[in-house]
Amino acid sequence: MPMSEPILAISGLDAHYGDFQALFGVSLTVEPGEVLAIIGANGAGKSTLMRSICGLIRNAPGAIRFRGEAIGGLRADQVAARGIALVPEGRLLFASLSVEENLIIGGQMGRPGPWSLARIYELFPILRERRRVPATELSGGQQQMVAIGRALMANPGLLLLDEISLGLAPVVIKAIYEALPGIVGGGMAAVIVEQDIARALSVSARVYCLQEGHVALAGNSGDVTREAIAAAYFGM
Amino acid sequence: MDWINAIVQGTLLGGLYALFAAGLSLIFGVMRLVNIAHGDLIVLAAYLGLTLSTALGIHPLLALGLVVPIMALLGYALQRGILNHTLGDDILPPLLVTFGLSVILQNGLLEIYSADPQKLQAGAIETASLRLGELALGYLPLLMFAASVAIIAALQWMFYHTALGRAFRATSDRQDVAQLMGLNRAHVFGLAMALALAVTAVAGVFLGIRTSFDPSIGGGRLIFGFEAVIIGGLGNIWGTLAGGVILGIGQSLGAQINPGWQVLAGHLVFLAIIAIRPRGLFPRMDG
Amino acid sequence: MSQRVTRSSRLSQGAAVLGLLVLILLAAAPWWAGRADMRLMGEIFLYLSLATLWNLLAGYAGLVSVGQQAYVGLGGYALFALTILAGVPALWAIPLAGLLGALVAVPVAALIFRLRGAYFAIGTWVIAEVFRLGAAQVSALGGGSGTSLPADVVRAMASGRDAREALAYWLALGVAMAVIGLAFAILRSRLGLALMALRDNELAARSLGINIWRTKFIVYVATAGLTTLIGALIFVQKLRISPDAGFSVNDWTAFVIFIVVIGGIGTLEGPIIGTLVFFALRETMADMGSVYLIALGVVAIVVMLRAPAGIWGLIRARTGAELFPISHRVRGTTTKETADGKKA
Repeated sequence: MPMSEPILAISGLDAHYGDFQALFGVSLTVEPGEVLAIIGANGAGKSTLMRSICGLIRNAPGAIRFRGEAIGGLRADQVAARGIALVPEGRLLFASLSVEENLIIGGQMGRPGPWSLARIYELFPILRERRRVPATELSGGQQQMVAIGRALMANPGLLLLDEISLGLAPVVIKAIYEALPGIVGGGMAAVIVEQDIARALSVSARVYCLQEGHVALAGNSGDVTREAIAAAYFGM
Repeated sequence: MDWINAIVQGTLLGGLYALFAAGLSLIFGVMRLVNIAHGDLIVLAAYLGLTLSTALGIHPLLALGLVVPIMALLGYALQRGILNHTLGDDILPPLLVTFGLSVILQNGLLEIYSADPQKLQAGAIETASLRLGELALGYLPLLMFAASVAIIAALQWMFYHTALGRAFRATSDRQDVAQLMGLNRAHVFGLAMALALAVTAVAGVFLGIRTSFDPSIGGGRLIFGFEAVIIGGLGNIWGTLAGGVILGIGQSLGAQINPGWQVLAGHLVFLAIIAIRPRGLFPRMDG
Repeated sequence: MSQRVTRSSRLSQGAAVLGLLVLILLAAAPWWAGRADMRLMGEIFLYLSLATLWNLLAGYAGLVSVGQQAYVGLGGYALFALTILAGVPALWAIPLAGLLGALVAVPVAALIFRLRGAYFAIGTWVIAEVFRLGAAQVSALGGGSGTSLPADVVRAMASGRDAREALAYWLALGVAMAVIGLAFAILRSRLGLALMALRDNELAARSLGINIWRTKFIVYVATAGLTTLIGALIFVQKLRISPDAGFSVNDWTAFVIFIVVIGGIGTLEGPIIGTLVFFALRETMADMGSVYLIALGVVAIVVMLRAPAGIWGLIRARTGAELFPISHRVRGTTTKETADGKKA
């Protein structure tokens, strides 16, 4: 396990979704520059965890620390300003904005860093061609590119990717995952939630498995066994 | 000739109604809020214009330089202090709270200014007119119409070509995702209300120059603005101008038939349009 | 373990007994109360009726109207037109006005139901304005300045002033009881179940086969008819009408909304409490004129923001009390079960 100061430290997080408690005492860390995978069955609390980190669900301030600062109680826009960006499940692009406007608004905080409109277009050239089109008129895969590009435009220190392959064709998923190494790294850490366990393990350094709101397994992606994952996944 | 004159005067009046409507349309577009106190805020702006122009001895149009920022600040404070707390899935809280505000404003103005009708004095320009054959076009109504068109054009440009407009549209689409972009919803809504009340400030001062006003007329102005919005179609700023002009022409034609029918004729035009085209003439957005 | 699903609680049964006693006392008012007190109580009953109807409309059917003055004014004008122009006795004109109001509400609903949510609210106001401006055009009823009920029409209602005042009082009391009883019956009926389902989740209600448009239409037309009838009663008391008085948004809608909001929207108890609070405030502060209205507006806003369930909501949250048994409760259970099935 790396010994440096973690970029994100979650400790004893209890999160509620309305009256329903979705997370129970979840603790995890993300090291600088690392890709962390979070797996688990539907309803295990993965999305609640992502929404908690980015401030869409408010929590006890100290339960989530980003670069040492307690951010659990901040609003989503305050969290975003500190350098956490989310690619939300279902993409959720702005329908009234063109492709380019969706990207620009992702960078509207003006955080300095390597990502710019030009670099996003370099990464996904098709978006340059279609930059004037309303974002929701693109294909699913292209929309996912816009959603990733929109998050990158914020030049985040931590990128959260929630189910980015959901509803996409296998070749599109492959293309997006092939672009991933060019995205993370260079100091940016990433947390990735993925249904496809093999893919999650292949892109990440470490993995956490959630089960009914608890951390059921944590380990290095290369070391965990299928049996251990099956046990953590289904609670056997 | 009387009929052509009525149509021309109705068109000019419609510019003012479009200004009543523009603020309503903007805040509905950004935050789905229908502000029942909108008409009373128009009247408040007229009274502010009155107080400032008499206290400082300046022309009411010059007083706009103060009325506009004051109303914008008030709008921001109102939104952050009260209205943001009413927004959600339930339409009751914003409706009832703005209804309460309407009653407070109306009676507050009554306490301060009494029920006596007032008017803003614009001087010689009020009676000057441009003669086109038998038509007499007052310079003041022409100026106000031009200003209304310019303000609506500026709003349209702001909405589609500026960072602020982008923030408004993004927040209108998906409030939670806009928040993820670092846009503080409460602040964006505050800015939208500030802008809406800045437009309302111009509308109020124009109203006060055109006709006499008293604290009770806010409800009527809200209705005219609302009718213009619905006639034009939700979410379409130019449609709002068209809606205002159609309402204005309807009213002035009604008055041409019988002076008592002016406002009634406008309402009937509105009801006919929702009977035929419930989404308005140029809809762009779902209500 | 025996279980029984009931609606009534010991409290609501107690409230029923107490309510009956109060009702008997109120019905006997012409023998113990002075003329001014009786007038005030009559007004209270009419406001209570208007508030209960508006609550049914906005609090249960989700139809937030700010234009119910359309029907109050219509009722008043129908009373004057039927008695003055058609020679109908005043006592007959009152139910006829109610019928007329319901009939008028049918095309009105067809028109304004095209407007959604908050825009519906302002649409109702436009309708009220159309009625007001239309009434001002009726020169046979005094046009813009209005008219009075002729002395012979008034005299024909009852023998003598005391008898007439008592009659107006009993009519107001009877209507208030009928309106509350009707609202109670509606909420316990299939229609009421549909309304509550709609209020909780419109989409789910639709998937259960509830016809939303028809449900709301029925409630709108019924409340419009009754509001018109109450309008006729109000102007039987006032004896004079004008377009501005008949179609006043402040008198017939603003006050009513404040009553319901302060008392507790979406409950049958709310309008009763709200009406009592409203009249208590009015009787103590009425001399202050517009300051009183400002205070009322401030109170309504504070209640809406801080305690949206109103005074009754606060009481119910503290005590669980329910005077009108509408919700179902399970009796006879001795153990509570938590959500995940574990015995607590």
